[in-house]
Amino acid sequence: MDTRVASLWVYLSASPLLHLTLTVCFFVIARWLYRKAGRRSWMNPVLVSVLSLVAILVITDTPYEVYFEGAQFVHFMLGPATVALAIPLYRQCESLKRHPVALAVSLLIGSLTAALSAIFIAKLGGVSEQALISIAPKSVTTPVAMGISETLGGLPSLTAVVVILTGILGASLGPWLLDKLNITNPMAKGLAMGTASHGIGTGRAIYMGDVAAAFSGLAMGLNGLATTILLPLIWGWFMK
Amino acid sequence: MLESLAVLLLCQLLGELFVLYLELPVPGPVVGMIILFIGLMIRGNIPDELSITANGLLEQLSLLFVPAGVGVLTHLTLLGEHWLPLSASLIVSTLLTLAITGLLMQHLAKEEK
Repeated sequence: MDTRVASLWVYLSASPLLHLTLTVCFFVIARWLYRKAGRRSWMNPVLVSVLSLVAILVITDTPYEVYFEGAQFVHFMLGPATVALAIPLYRQCESLKRHPVALAVSLLIGSLTAALSAIFIAKLGGVSEQALISIAPKSVTTPVAMGISETLGGLPSLTAVVVILTGILGASLGPWLLDKLNITNPMAKGLAMGTASHGIGTGRAIYMGDVAAAFSGLAMGLNGLATTILLPLIWGWFMK
Repeated sequence: MLESLAVLLLCQLLGELFVLYLELPVPGPVVGMIILFIGLMIRGNIPDELSITANGLLEQLSLLFVPAGVGVLTHLTLLGEHWLPLSASLIVSTLLTLAITGLLMQHLAKEEK
């Protein structure tokens, strides 16, 4: 390689700017592709940009720590963004006034099902404890799930990926399953989509009408809170 | 814009301190979210400016998962070894959650008329 090109690479690979730029550009391209492809859930821009960036880092033999030096500036905004989730949650609170008991019971049982069934099935397959706690919050919205995973000693990056995969699964299989089970009540449909598959499921629930969309958004917020409170208790009991 | 960002950061900081002080196994930003939520309940509405800043931030929310998601790079061996139980767990658990939540809500909402 030309020595001037080589020295450019030395500069770039050591500067946080390169990986910050790559992160933003890859995401912008992935989102453009997603919109072009008619917003199909398996074309999820987070999944596509994560996989492409992983491929680039493997090919260029770049350690994750070096990548994160640049990407941390994006990552840092996750905290304030999590706090900002209070605003949509507050807006959707109107929906709480309809069937509050039915909603609370279904949400709590749904939330426990999501975490416990994920832990038990993976445990049967001999998955390590650290991986188990990383997948337990899989149905919770990504920023909250990553926080839970990190707090309980899991791997937040593994959590981020399984959360997105869960969202894609719920968004693609949810409408079919709800139909099979004769679940026609729009409140029930929305609640199921939001509890099982957070924001990506809510994105799909929007096509089920206003009531389903509002309940899905509400379920997503409340499941985040329920899992944050319940999972440390379940995990403490499970580890005994 | 800056005032709203200050409010969000302040709530997060309070949340983090709260968790640290009480040694709770709960993420600080989630407590920050609860603090802001309570604040909104007391106020009774959402200030326009806060609503605009929050929407702007939440519209870009997906981008913010990418850096952490790329960290999966460090767990490729783990995924290679356990891809089968992990995918079985995700698929079965997601379907089970959808079914139980939906059936319960439909049934209970009918009872609660």
